[in-house]
Amino acid sequence: MKSPVDTEISRRGILVGGVATAALTVSTADAQTPPTPAQPATMKVSFDVNGKRRNLELDTRTTLLDALREHLHLTGTKKGCDHGQCGACTVMVDGQRINSCLSLAVMHQGDRITTIEGLGQPDRLHPMQAAFVKHDGYQCGYCTPGQICSAVAVLDEIKAGIPSHATGDFTTRPAITNEEIRERMSGNICRCGAYSNIVDAINDVAGVRA
Amino acid sequence: MKFTTPAGQNPIDQLKVIGKPTDRIDGPKKTTGTAPYAYERHDVVPNQAYGYIVGAAIAKGRINAIDLAEAKAAPGVIAIVTADSAGRLGKGKMNTAKLLAGPDVEHYHQAVALIVAETFEQARAAAALVRVDYARAKGRFDLAEQLKGIPLTGDGNAGSPVDRVGDFARAFAAAPVTLDATYTTPDHSHAMMEPHASIAAWDGDALTLWTSNQMIAWGKEELALTLGIPKEKVRVISPYIGGGFGGKLFLRADAVMAALGARAAGRPVKIALARPMMANNTTHRPATIQRIRIGATKDGKITAIAHESGSGDLPGGGPETAVNQTKLLYAGANRLTAMRLAVLDLPEGNAMRAPGEAPGLMALEIAMDEMAEKLGMDPIAFRIANDTQVDPAKPDRKFSQRQLIECLQQGSERFGWQARKAKAAQVRDGQWLVGMGVAAGFRNNITMKSAARVGIDRKGMVTVATDMTDIGTGTYTIIAQTAAEVMGVPLDKVIVLLGDSSFPVSAGSGGQWGANSSTAGVYAACMKLRESVAQRLGFNSAEVEFAGGKVRSGNRSVDLADAAGDAGLSAEDAIEFGDLGKQYQQSTFASHFCEVGVHAMTGEIRIRRMLAVCAAGRILNPKSARNQVIGAMTMGAGAALMEELAVDKRFGFFVNHDLAGYEVPVHADIPHQEVIFLDEVDPTSSPMKAKGVGELGICGVGAAIANAIYNATGARVRDYPITLEKFMDRLPEVA
Repeated sequence: MKSPVDTEISRRGILVGGVATAALTVSTADAQTPPTPAQPATMKVSFDVNGKRRNLELDTRTTLLDALREHLHLTGTKKGCDHGQCGACTVMVDGQRINSCLSLAVMHQGDRITTIEGLGQPDRLHPMQAAFVKHDGYQCGYCTPGQICSAVAVLDEIKAGIPSHATGDFTTRPAITNEEIRERMSGNICRCGAYSNIVDAINDVAGVRA
Repeated sequence: MKFTTPAGQNPIDQLKVIGKPTDRIDGPKKTTGTAPYAYERHDVVPNQAYGYIVGAAIAKGRINAIDLAEAKAAPGVIAIVTADSAGRLGKGKMNTAKLLAGPDVEHYHQAVALIVAETFEQARAAAALVRVDYARAKGRFDLAEQLKGIPLTGDGNAGSPVDRVGDFARAFAAAPVTLDATYTTPDHSHAMMEPHASIAAWDGDALTLWTSNQMIAWGKEELALTLGIPKEKVRVISPYIGGGFGGKLFLRADAVMAALGARAAGRPVKIALARPMMANNTTHRPATIQRIRIGATKDGKITAIAHESGSGDLPGGGPETAVNQTKLLYAGANRLTAMRLAVLDLPEGNAMRAPGEAPGLMALEIAMDEMAEKLGMDPIAFRIANDTQVDPAKPDRKFSQRQLIECLQQGSERFGWQARKAKAAQVRDGQWLVGMGVAAGFRNNITMKSAARVGIDRKGMVTVATDMTDIGTGTYTIIAQTAAEVMGVPLDKVIVLLGDSSFPVSAGSGGQWGANSSTAGVYAACMKLRESVAQRLGFNSAEVEFAGGKVRSGNRSVDLADAAGDAGLSAEDAIEFGDLGKQYQQSTFASHFCEVGVHAMTGEIRIRRMLAVCAAGRILNPKSARNQVIGAMTMGAGAALMEELAVDKRFGFFVNHDLAGYEVPVHADIPHQEVIFLDEVDPTSSPMKAKGVGELGICGVGAAIANAIYNATGARVRDYPITLEKFMDRLPEVA
């Protein structure tokens, strides 16, 4: 996802931040208070979100998820666990789905990111969004953007011939079956338990495409 | 509107909109990520700071001292709140433990401090610099140990007698066929997808809280009580809720700490509980140890039934009422139900989806399966033989509707039950042992006062406002359907505004009372609005008809929009329930069917098919009601096969406190699920003639799965969750 050059830039960015911090610490040193901890390192990053160039200067600890939600106010991507356990934060980076909570924003210099807002809007739904409405593939709606982003990516993965645990024979292309869909969607938890309807929605879209 | 006599014919019975499978009106927002949840309200107030809660690292004891020096000095920190700086705090009437610890610590991960900082990253980093010096005290963490010597009580209130009908002991001793078995269910976590979250903003002495809460009026009152301010000074807003299941019924630490943090910081503060805090900081469904005794005649008539359940909670808490359904589900002249409540120093136990019945039926419906086998009867036939159409304790009190037999019979036919082998471990499909199980589902119907305001504007748009919540239940849509039906307008002419304490107080979402009660409140307000419309037009309100966006009386017809005029029209009313729920036993019924495969060599369990047949009054929106039931079946599958908060009995906390350790069902665990709703209207429940399904759906599921596993393998497991190490050694010999 990133070139060695980007990594060099990261290291330099952090070093520069460190120097500035050291200077600040000296100037505010006070025997009565504990040593001031290092100021957070920040770094510039720019990436493309839903077709729009976004330039940010971020605390390097900021996840891609929090960059989207807190800095760009794209709150369609959800924080369910912040630990890569639930899938609510699923977005697509250069066409591949990832858990955006497990990825630091500054790792995405130059990347092309698609979030739920990039798939469609209430007045022009993406076919997968429309299928979720039609099949009632959600209840509370909190895991839904992640389910939809995953679902779109899953169909692309199957189309691209990428096998899964449920694929019986690696020498032939995987087919769009319930087992394939359920296996590949299992990183997206829906505690409301709308799984049966979600699979119907994905099958509906897969059928339309076929 | 007072509801004191069974409903007659009314505008809801037109069923032009009500009863039709309807896409959710909030669907386009939810599927595009544009429905705003609590933590996401960048739009409502500027300059929000970030709060991060520090949880107690001990289960019981005292805080000797908190060293905040490092945290205070950390970059970006604006304020820190602890019990020392928070000022005097009250406690909500519905909270068992305080929401901010200090000096005493009542449970693990009870909040001890809040860091407020400019950014989330800074708040989180500073939270790790808070040094707390604890004096750990000895706690009570082992349920089985603590239940020893605790006396039996009836409904859990101190001193209430054990519930007895007839003479259980004598009848049980005399019964030719008996069962005496003990079952256990573990602690469960709601594990809703949206963590508890709040944004608090003060304007002088008035507080606005954007939060995620199922019960707006409760939340407002409890927050005022906790902060010691008049409730008129609190506004609670919660239009979208990312799941609750009972875990968001009550005021929790996110709300209180956000309010305190915002006061300390002098600016709005937002907080979301970190996922690993949720299991121990918030509430859970308490574990139970249940003893069930059933005595029957040789032809399968129950003569004696006893259900005792023990659970634990913090001091001042309550029992898990797992024996409730046993008072009403089956006939039998001699009965005993009772509970034990131990004191545990684990986090607070409280309501989770179908409290009482969910774990109670997990036990009772295995017992019924075991009893049927002892009697040599089919489990469905045994249940049908013991049906009762009256409250067994008060035979003159009838069920308003009771179609349990129909649920079982239709389910049997649909599921292909006749193919089931009565003897266990007889069916093989390749390497899989295959079995079928059945269980009855039962959940009482509760009605709650519910109010709404309905208005019509110059464009003929009907707007409903109520503090009711939609926690994924489909409330937006059924309320819109109700208003559309009564006002005679298409669904897209209705706007529904929910979850704001400035709106009339509703039933809220809990106990599966929400759908019936809140729509009945909307019905009441709409009927009042119809009267205002008729009055303005000079129509006789008894003869007036509302249809197609028009009001008709005789040969006169006026557009609703014109009737409203430039000033518009609005009305507010509430549904208030009389004692019909006492005159009649109002309950909902289901049958749950399951087929499992158990791998003959590894013991892996796969659910192959699931069916629920429900009788729950009028189904307002079959599409969202079906979703409620499949979701509950999924949660029931979790309870049967994987969900367990593992207790560390040395240090007193739930070990697996995140979504990696606390396993819930995922896509691959759940097959296609089928749901059938029986035709039913219940005129005693409300003018809607509806009841609830959201909790019925989980009641009995776990036992149906457990019974299917037994039928597949011949190994009976009475200790949930049914994981393979509990029966591996009892699998049939592999040829």
